[in-house]
Amino acid sequence: MSILGTRVVRTEDPLFLTRGATYTDDLVDDRLTGALHATFVRSQVAHGRLLSVDTSAALEAPGVVAVVTAADLSDLVPLPPPFPFINQEMTRPWLASDRVRFVGDPIAVVLTEERYQGEDAAELVAVDIDPLPAVVSTADAARDEVLLFPEAGTNVMASFGEPAPADFFDGCEVVVTQALVNQRVAPVPLESRAAAASWGADGRVTVWCTNQGAQQARGQLGDWLKMDPDLIHLITPDVGGGFGAKIGADPEYAFVAWLAKHVGRPVRWAESRSENLVGMLHGRGQDQVVTIGGRRDGTVEAYSLVFDQDCGAYPRIGAVLPTLTMLMAPGVYGFPKVHSQGRALATTTTSIGAYRGAGRPEATAAVERAIDLFAAEIGMDPADVRRKNLLPAFHEPHTTPMGATYDNGDYTVALDKALDAAGYADLRAEQARRREAGDARQLGIGLSVYVEITGADNGAGTKEAAELEVHPDGTATVLTGTSPHGQGHATAWAMIASDQLGIPVEKITVVHGDTDRVPEGGGTMGSRSLQQGGAAVHQAAGELIELARRRAAEKLEANPEDLVVDLGMAGLAVRGTPGVGVTFAELAADDRLLVNTVFNANAPTFPFGAHVAVVELDVESGKAQVVRMVTVDDAGTIVNPLLAEGQRHGGIAQGVAQALLEEVLYDEDGNPTTSTLADYPFISATELPSFELVEMSTPTPMNPLGAKGIGEAGTIGSTPAVQNAVIDAAAHLGVRHVDMPATPMRVWRAIRQAGHNASQEGN
Amino acid sequence: MIPSPFEYVKVRSVDEALAALTEHGEDAKLLAGGHSLLPIMKLRLAIPTVLIDISGISDLSYVRVDGDGPDAMVAIGAGTRHFELERDDVARTEVPLLPHVAGRVGDPQVRHRGTIGGTTAHSDPASDLPTALLALGGTVVLQGPGGRREVPVTEFWTGFFETAMSPDEMVVELRVPRTGSIGWGYEKFTRRENDWPIVAAAAVDGRVALANMAGSVVRATATEEALARGASIAEAAELADQGTSPGADMHADQEYRRHLARLLTRRALETAAGV
Amino acid sequence: MQVSITVNGEQRTDEVEPRLLLAHYLREVRGLKATNIGCDSTSCGACTVIVDGLSVKSCTVLAVQSDGAQVTTLEGLAGPDGELHPMQAAFRAEHGLQCGFCTPGMVMAAIGVLADNPDPTDREVREGLEGNLCRCTGYHNIVRAVRTAAQAGPAAGQVPQAQEVEA
Ligand SMILES: Cc1cc2nc3c(=O)[nH]c(=O)nc-3n(C[C@H](O)[C@H](O)[C@H](O)COP(=O)(O)OP(=O)(O)OC[C@H]3O[C@@H](n4cnc5c(N)ncnc54)[C@H](O)[C@@H]3O)c2cc1C
Ligand code: FES
Ligand code: FES
Repeated sequence: MSILGTRVVRTEDPLFLTRGATYTDDLVDDRLTGALHATFVRSQVAHGRLLSVDTSAALEAPGVVAVVTAADLSDLVPLPPPFPFINQEMTRPWLASDRVRFVGDPIAVVLTEERYQGEDAAELVAVDIDPLPAVVSTADAARDEVLLFPEAGTNVMASFGEPAPADFFDGCEVVVTQALVNQRVAPVPLESRAAAASWGADGRVTVWCTNQGAQQARGQLGDWLKMDPDLIHLITPDVGGGFGAKIGADPEYAFVAWLAKHVGRPVRWAESRSENLVGMLHGRGQDQVVTIGGRRDGTVEAYSLVFDQDCGAYPRIGAVLPTLTMLMAPGVYGFPKVHSQGRALATTTTSIGAYRGAGRPEATAAVERAIDLFAAEIGMDPADVRRKNLLPAFHEPHTTPMGATYDNGDYTVALDKALDAAGYADLRAEQARRREAGDARQLGIGLSVYVEITGADNGAGTKEAAELEVHPDGTATVLTGTSPHGQGHATAWAMIASDQLGIPVEKITVVHGDTDRVPEGGGTMGSRSLQQGGAAVHQAAGELIELARRRAAEKLEANPEDLVVDLGMAGLAVRGTPGVGVTFAELAADDRLLVNTVFNANAPTFPFGAHVAVVELDVESGKAQVVRMVTVDDAGTIVNPLLAEGQRHGGIAQGVAQALLEEVLYDEDGNPTTSTLADYPFISATELPSFELVEMSTPTPMNPLGAKGIGEAGTIGSTPAVQNAVIDAAAHLGVRHVDMPATPMRVWRAIRQAGHNASQEGN
Repeated sequence: MIPSPFEYVKVRSVDEALAALTEHGEDAKLLAGGHSLLPIMKLRLAIPTVLIDISGISDLSYVRVDGDGPDAMVAIGAGTRHFELERDDVARTEVPLLPHVAGRVGDPQVRHRGTIGGTTAHSDPASDLPTALLALGGTVVLQGPGGRREVPVTEFWTGFFETAMSPDEMVVELRVPRTGSIGWGYEKFTRRENDWPIVAAAAVDGRVALANMAGSVVRATATEEALARGASIAEAAELADQGTSPGADMHADQEYRRHLARLLTRRALETAAGV
Repeated sequence: MQVSITVNGEQRTDEVEPRLLLAHYLREVRGLKATNIGCDSTSCGACTVIVDGLSVKSCTVLAVQSDGAQVTTLEGLAGPDGELHPMQAAFRAEHGLQCGFCTPGMVMAAIGVLADNPDPTDREVREGLEGNLCRCTGYHNIVRAVRTAAQAGPAAGQVPQAQEVEA
């Protein structure tokens, strides 16, 4: 039996559970002996002219070796704009020199002998800022009255798409429009950002930093520091979560490398959580308007999604998220007409980047909310409206009106499986009972059906490299360009190699995150790793067998065609005589048995699924509690169910968190009010039920494993399901919509407002 | 994030603690469980230069019945940690509201460190145990250079992080009436289970106290008076926010807080009445 | 100031600043890096260790407050021959960790949960871990791991006896 598809426990765990993983801030390395600690001084003002930075008192403080400000950066070139198609005037300075644009904008860096001294000294750096009005919302930004970059003449970073034609909804019996907020959230990987750098006598720098792809991070450091990437040895130690926020490098990482050169000593930096919550990229942040039109029988004829993307002060991935949202706008539905238009806007807040799903959850949330609004308007069960409009099952690629080419899918089966497992009819009956009885605790049932894009071209193509070597002692090494930070690649990639070679998983070492050993790689993001990196390992194993076959044929004086893989002996045997042949290890003893390969998927894949959320809503207080989450998440072939389920669990939880709890908030002056974990309501175990996962597997033809991505699906599906469930629980009271997060106060207000409206209509 | 530097003094008795307070004056702070003080010191919202660690005073940790008959009081040492109170048999029989509320403070790790004296002295208007203590009635026992004095709980919490205690005094004991089998209710409204209350209501024996509805924990006097007049629970609860002055934050504005005060008061009273 | 603290059975005396947090003492002075720091507000529990038999957040305890205490960290759980503590074994079997950052604190807090309640329900486990945040697992497998560990008997709720306790 193949090891693939079995629940292999992780090989990385024994070390993680006994000594702990080694994150960047845990490093003990000779190259870091005597390292100075960097502490950033960041703006406490959202927007203003930076008048002066006085470092004299800080320089006198104990342990201070240097205080660096913008005046000291003459040998650094300005950071380039991150994308060609955005306004090129909107670039981030290394350190603010004349203007600050968000609370958290770096102004100076203090270098100290000891970590504790850094915080003391940073307080002594006197910063004088003449405040300017803050630009906190996309609506404020769009007015272009206060500009973050006066030289740009606008706050618009980029515009995508055209307005809908005036007659777009003509002929629809029913048209519903609703403004939706897909709020700004903080990714909060439990490990905050950290970096360390040390220069060698040979002019090379070693940089350790927490990220989701060492090779990409090295490329950026090279660009920014104007260095040949070969002179940068970038090491990614164990990484305590990323969720998109650690894609690539942050300027701070490059800056740490520069500081180490500047002072001629190794430098390390580890941010606090308070710094992280303003300094690390945030996610989501779209203000949307959906319009949906169709017939009273439930058929949707036209759908439009128009939105503004909040990008924060400086353009990062947020500036390109609109393209993904637009691409996935129609989701699983076969709407005949689809329109979408998006804008990317600068605000005086933390920059927005990728967060689990990055652009796709926003599309799904919009369309799944729109379907429910439409269903409510025509008085039909939301499950029926969905069924009526889902794309029928397809096994050949299907291209949507927005230009995405879905590989394959059967959305109706996904929905039916989820409804069955949830006991949909019984839930509706229980809901009716509670409504009848007027219970304080009402039941809400929320649905979502989703499709998402995984393994999309992230700039490095849709390919991944792998190197595989079997050693004379019977062990093997896999080198991969993916960058696991919890996903369990060390186990899964070993399983894939073991499946073909017969070498036990425990004897296969997976190496990643070191650019000297693995110079090329695409990292781990966008749910690409298994379908590209895993497939590359699969391909490498196949190539290694072919190489071994040629060498074994010579050695055994046999016909290559007569040699077959014998998994039991981890080698090649003569057909018909199992056990007689040569092991891979023996062949490796003659000459290195090593292959290098690149797998190119050529196209992304489109996992899909359906979620049913059940909430209990205390209609007197407005507080909702999720009591069940039933999910179908079809990611094609599953290599290790234990790992795939783990990805689903984590994803579901983050979606529930966005629907009910989490939101980054600023006051009107642009001060963040959620900059500690005491204020930012990170979801905890008590707000979640255990999840009910339903299996469904539609293998993709896009890679030999048949695998689609699973990293983000849970989040994409659960967010609208939970939001819909909360609204459903109060639907009988007249509530049609509540924005996320559906906080108790918001829900209570919506219920009260609906009551007022009803009594006024009654008058 | 780490505190600014300070000097640390460990004391073994109340007398030593009081002497140290007198010696170091304004700049000194007592350190009990440290679970209110250290977090604000780490954020540098408090910068004391001397910490007097009173957690080593072993005879400040107890729960016992003082006296007998209807006038007997339950005495709780200021150093009693939340988890000790939560599990204490005497407390469970004599004043079941208190151990229940102790178990609702923060999370297990917080309850392993925080003390009833600390939460009483800190006077955060959102704190759970002071709300329960205020509903129960009773006194806060202070000790200072001039000896011991008892302050009724209704006079102790005077405002936002302010109390009737003078800087050279410390809390040594909390005294509450025995409630035994009298019904009680506690409603703590949070977004996450382990959060501080957005609003909380404690009800026992016709008295109701509210958390986070003013600068300090407060009694819902209008409700209590209505109950005394014989009003129904529902009617009395509608008056719960009268005389309060709630603040607004991201979780609740004033209007919603007032609504919660009324709702939670009704529910706490209903639980206390067994309906 | 001088402090004498027994960590994982080993007692040592060190000179420390009064403001040194126990978490930093463990990491920097004792070199035990499993204990992580995930917040500044006593919210995340990543720093949870067992002090004198009770789970505590070591970012909110001063090293000087722990003078004379017995501290157990993740590194002190496995047997001398590497045999996993029942809680460690259960976390592995149930895939209760992904990135691993919350794990040291989560495992220590989970031992604390079973110390109080040897056979908790799912809900009781969730409430017992309310002070520990995890971003990766959605808590599902953590809850399962704690329930599984409970099946191993009382050892799952205990830390190993200090090997070397000095007077
Ligand atoms: C993460 C977290 C969550 C929490 N959640 C809640 C919650 O939900 N509800 C809640 O009510 N509380 C909560 N708390 C606070 C907790 O209850 C604290 O333990 C308590 O408020 C303070 O007690 P302490 O012994 O730790 O006091 P310390 O922090 O040591 O001291 C607090 C203040 O009181 C003074 N003080 C201490 N003891 C005395 C004394 N005997 N006499 C005079 N002054 C004294 C100190 O000088 C200091 O000013 C939480 C704390 C944390 C860290
Ligand atoms: S680091 Fe101690 S609770 Fe977060
Ligand atoms: S495993 Fe990553 S935070 Fe818990």
